[in-house]
Amino acid sequence: MKAVAARIRAPSGTLAQSLGLVCVAAVILFLASEALGSYDDLQLANGAYYFAVLAGLTVLTGLSGQISLGHGALMAVGAYTVALLIGNEHWALVPALAAATATSAIVGTAVGAAATRLRGPYLAGATLAFAIGLPALADKYTGTFGGENGLIINPPTPPSSLGANFPLERWEAWIACAGALVVLFLMRNLLRSGIGRAFRAVRDDEIAASLCGLRVGRVQTLAFVVSAACAGLAGGLLTEVLQLAAPGAFQLQLSLSLLTAIVLGGLGSLGGAIWGAAVLVLLPSWTNDIANSFSLSTRVSANMPLAIYGLVLIVAMLLWPSGIQGALRAIASRVGHRQGRD
Amino acid sequence: MSGSYRSWAASAVVAVLVAIVVSGCGSSSSSSSAPGVSATSITFGTHQPLTGPAAPGYSEIAPASQAFFNYLNAQGGINGRKITLVYKDDAYNPAQTVNVVHQLVLQENVFGIFEGLGTPTHTKVVGFLNSSKVPDMFVASGCPCWDTGTTQPYTFGWQPNYTIEGKILGRYIKEHFAGKKVGVFYQEDDFGIGGLTGLKDEVPASQIVSTQPYQPGGTNVAPQISALKTAGAQVLVDFTVPIYTALGQLTSFTLGYKPQLVVSNVGIDPITVGGLLKTFSKGKAGTELIEGAITDGYLPSVADLSNPWIALFKKIHDQYDASAPFDGNVEYGMANAYTLAQALQLAGKNLTRQSLIEAVNTRGSQLTGPGLVPFRYSTSDHGGYSGGEIAQVRGGKIVLFGGPLVTEPTPSSAITPYTTAQPAPPASGVAVP
Repeated sequence: MKAVAARIRAPSGTLAQSLGLVCVAAVILFLASEALGSYDDLQLANGAYYFAVLAGLTVLTGLSGQISLGHGALMAVGAYTVALLIGNEHWALVPALAAATATSAIVGTAVGAAATRLRGPYLAGATLAFAIGLPALADKYTGTFGGENGLIINPPTPPSSLGANFPLERWEAWIACAGALVVLFLMRNLLRSGIGRAFRAVRDDEIAASLCGLRVGRVQTLAFVVSAACAGLAGGLLTEVLQLAAPGAFQLQLSLSLLTAIVLGGLGSLGGAIWGAAVLVLLPSWTNDIANSFSLSTRVSANMPLAIYGLVLIVAMLLWPSGIQGALRAIASRVGHRQGRD
Repeated sequence: MSGSYRSWAASAVVAVLVAIVVSGCGSSSSSSSAPGVSATSITFGTHQPLTGPAAPGYSEIAPASQAFFNYLNAQGGINGRKITLVYKDDAYNPAQTVNVVHQLVLQENVFGIFEGLGTPTHTKVVGFLNSSKVPDMFVASGCPCWDTGTTQPYTFGWQPNYTIEGKILGRYIKEHFAGKKVGVFYQEDDFGIGGLTGLKDEVPASQIVSTQPYQPGGTNVAPQISALKTAGAQVLVDFTVPIYTALGQLTSFTLGYKPQLVVSNVGIDPITVGGLLKTFSKGKAGTELIEGAITDGYLPSVADLSNPWIALFKKIHDQYDASAPFDGNVEYGMANAYTLAQALQLAGKNLTRQSLIEAVNTRGSQLTGPGLVPFRYSTSDHGGYSGGEIAQVRGGKIVLFGGPLVTEPTPSSAITPYTTAQPAPPASGVAVP
């Protein structure tokens, strides 16, 4: 028991550091939400739930070394849980989000258990099948899930103490950012704890890790469960922000763009997940603007954003193979070296 | 440790800076009481399926509306204001609809949404538009869900409610295909279900042998069509978007199933469906697979160039929108644009969001235009056209016959002929209603 506790406990000081970081981030996000207009608040909310899922995925892929093309489907689990609990059962938001996280974690346990028996492309294939198959359930059981039409919930109402004219989008941004900060806090501690080290050990050498007494299968399953829980919370927040759970929101494209986002942001680091979330939110509107700035026929311009996205991805991978966070670290360490020499 | 901490802080600061710069570029929110309108211009936004399963045909609608506005703008616009339409692609995907409509309203500060297309898509933004008090004019869908002016005061339908369409088609089936087995192939949302409701009002339940839904997005409709064939349906009623009309007919052809086809107005434009059939069959099939299909129309047939409205639309099409085929979708976009222009004229020079809504509420039933039947607009009823005329695909063209019919979307209301003749279009601009 003591050994388990020792393994979970992070190096002393991590907890205080994480708390401090979350507080600083909360202040920055609060000021940003106040300064931004309604649409940008909504984008902030979108970025926040993307961060939640990317933080989980970057732990899974970057630290534990398992690839998943199925995280869009895990988000769908969380999203439908929230839509059903709030829409039909009239649950309050926080318990509904907790239930979404738990449900996705349970589904993640099943997928993760299967995933430990698979490696590389086979794991990618299995999770891919999951990403395609799961949203199709909504079409199969239209009575419960509403088919392609999806489920709608009422928008959250800002508390009256904030004033009658408090913008709904800012309230949604606060909710989503609160969720993202919880994820940031927990994941940062997890990464620095014994569990985080176990993830890395298993990623680097499974045989060496098992010789050290780690149960490789369990560690990998745990990584999947943690990451699935993050995806579930993110999906729940998505439903709260968009007031919608529909298969169209969780197409295969989402799972793929989540993976590209953590790679572009910088694999294995939470900072990379922040960049990845920013890319997911900002890149589509930039590519749309670029596409619209050429006066092309509708057929061409409608398909341009995807082409530009692909181009950006290729160029970014050539220039910064370790992602945006990696590039920043390189710059920071170069600056640090120079200061050291002077 | 401290190195990673520093890069952390750097990331956070840069992220916030990026966010602020981006927001600075994006929104220069106007403080005037009605966004998107000035003395010389008015901007509407719309969400359209420019890509995705509903794009074939429907992607022509918004450019056609813009073409009609360009024609009006060249004559000075409405009340001195030139009309701009900003259209964004939602790929017929509700999640994207939510995003682009928020962007149009909150970032681009449009005056209102016009002609937002689709039932599964637009239902997801009606709540947001009404709580934000943004005019949601003339939705491009016949869902009965736009009709309740009491709960959704800012949303107005335009085309006939699908239940009205279902009733009119249902009565034709009852009268002309009495005793034949009827099967229904429908989109499983308020579009198909609304149509089915109307059909069931008229066709006896015992006559309907099978109803088969589809979800937009899939491409295999063989299970549904086989089930309809197995049930022995001699009359096949489609409440489908064009791509599913085409897929259904191709599958029927492959299975050797040849029922009498009856299709809702939104799914039968012969140029669109013919083009899709040609593409899917690699040139082996075309409009012959929908020849003889029964449908209904609430606008004059686009093939009838002797009609002065069609002649006007053709002229505008050739001048401003020549790259699109001249088909029912282009006619739809122009006719709807005409209605918006007339509503703006009704609202007068001192335009606010509220005054536009008030104008359609109180005098909307006087709006004229290319429609064969009148509008239903009142404060409590925001439904659009009140009926239509039965039509048939003959020689690859829509031919209307039997005279316009009007009804209400309720089971007890009778279907009655409407005999007032259509007004001719004005020589320029729009007619004052």
